[in-house]
Amino acid sequence: MNTELLGQLLINGIVVGALYGVVAMSFVLIYKASQVVNFAQGEFLLIGAWTCWWLLTKWQLPFIWGFGFTLVFMTLFGLLLQVVVLRPMIGEPIISVIMVTIGLSIFFQALMKWMFGVFAQPFPPIFETGQVDVLGLRIQTVYVMSLGISVVIMAVFAWFFKFSRMGLAMRATAFNQQVAQSLGISVRTVFALSWAISAVVSSVAGVVVAVVNGVSSALSFYGIKVFPAVILGGLDSVVGAVLGGLIVGLLENFAHFLDAEYLNWGNMYQVAPFYVLIVILMIKPYGLFGTKDIERV
Amino acid sequence: MSVTTDAGARPSERPAQGAAKPPLLSVNNIEVVYNDVILVLRGLSLQVPEGEIVALLGANGAGKSTTLKAISGLLKTEDGEVTRGEVVFAGERIDGTDPDRIVRKGIFQVMEGRRIIADMTCLENLRLGAFTRRDAGVKQDIEMVYEYFPRLKERTGLAGYLSGGEQQMLAIGRALMARPRLILMDEPSMGLSPLLVKEVFGIIRQINRDLGVTILLVEQNARMALQAASYGYIMESGKVVLDGTASELEGNEDVKEFYLGGGDERRSFRNLKSFKRRKRWL
Repeated sequence: MNTELLGQLLINGIVVGALYGVVAMSFVLIYKASQVVNFAQGEFLLIGAWTCWWLLTKWQLPFIWGFGFTLVFMTLFGLLLQVVVLRPMIGEPIISVIMVTIGLSIFFQALMKWMFGVFAQPFPPIFETGQVDVLGLRIQTVYVMSLGISVVIMAVFAWFFKFSRMGLAMRATAFNQQVAQSLGISVRTVFALSWAISAVVSSVAGVVVAVVNGVSSALSFYGIKVFPAVILGGLDSVVGAVLGGLIVGLLENFAHFLDAEYLNWGNMYQVAPFYVLIVILMIKPYGLFGTKDIERV
Repeated sequence: MSVTTDAGARPSERPAQGAAKPPLLSVNNIEVVYNDVILVLRGLSLQVPEGEIVALLGANGAGKSTTLKAISGLLKTEDGEVTRGEVVFAGERIDGTDPDRIVRKGIFQVMEGRRIIADMTCLENLRLGAFTRRDAGVKQDIEMVYEYFPRLKERTGLAGYLSGGEQQMLAIGRALMARPRLILMDEPSMGLSPLLVKEVFGIIRQINRDLGVTILLVEQNARMALQAASYGYIMESGKVVLDGTASELEGNEDVKEFYLGGGDERRSFRNLKSFKRRKRWL
């Protein structure tokens, strides 16, 4: 058995899985706050990455500025998207809202292709590419950086929902909108804010992936990969989303290992998460951490 | 629990209409329609003077909860609408305003069935009560709530696991955190044991006296409500059919008959029905 390959792939799995976790978290954020299943989550990564790329290459901005402007832009983009497109959909049947987000996904993919072309573009080199040795395995420093950023985002999320005033308000809205309103929380603000935060966080993940792999429409595939992660963790659990993301990342790479070493079927790593998705839906439809309602009368 | 329940605790009794200064809240001839078709309130008026406890009584389906929701604006979340009349709070018209704005103006509704947030801790529920506040007094007020309800301090788990009485206390505590001028309380006695009902009402009176919070109380338990309140309104099918000071209402034969139970002698059910048909408050 090729243990070195296995080790490399598992580390790869953790790094990618953490990114899946971040995207899954931002997906769950929207779902929890406003009960919208956002099929355009992957396009947030794509738009964020292209925006950053455009600022860095066409305007030659230093990375910090380009990244900063990207975050500001994505905040406004998320807000605007909610206010203009999703707000009028409040109260409509869930299937209509899903169709709208699928439509958004197709629209933004096409828009990005139209604006930036269909070819993958490398990101300008931002950091010196180096390697570090961990337990005899060589890891690229960008991977370490990527993992670090994911962990920081998760920590900020945890803090936000546990201690900040707005985070508590978002949890209250997720629990019951009428109760939230009776406490003086503006549900509209919470909806808009959840989309803004989701867009920003996803775009950070998008930029991180783009720095490693370059920008291409493949980024939006993260939005699809999020589904096994989220369903595994439970659709309404932020912790579940993170763990689901990690598990899917590891699983993918482990499947890749099995495939490369023994099966030679090819592309196993792309399908494996969805097999797992089917199995989970059969045996544990609420996922690992999906809430069981507390009821006490 | 150090709650005084002696008779001296009752707020001064005076008729609301006779007060010289304008009432804190006045509801003038409102009509409420749900889903554009179902008429629930038909010309309801009531006044709540500042610093008093006012009780709103009536049978199931009379429109008591709807009245509270019309005041707090939560009607909007249930597809209801005030189609006629006006709600005036502190000299300002508030009907049609969004519920979160009304909370900021100083009206806080404790909804029927407590409605605490089950998957949060007590402390988080209390902090959410103070959502509309930005001042530094929040921490101090949490301590104040713990003084009223020492049990809540001991409970560190999720609020969903609290007993019914504790949930009611948390709901009242959460209302206090908003520092409202007017608390609308919808059936605080619901589902509580008689002993707990007594305790909760003791606290309601204490809050009213200590903090000067005005309270509009909706209750099925008319006896307890009239003991705490200074003035009362009785509703039937979307209208106020009788009002008066709490002691007037307690003394009223019809009120005794319908809401307080008992009366001079026990009547058979059939007699009661015919009596009701003869006398409809109108």
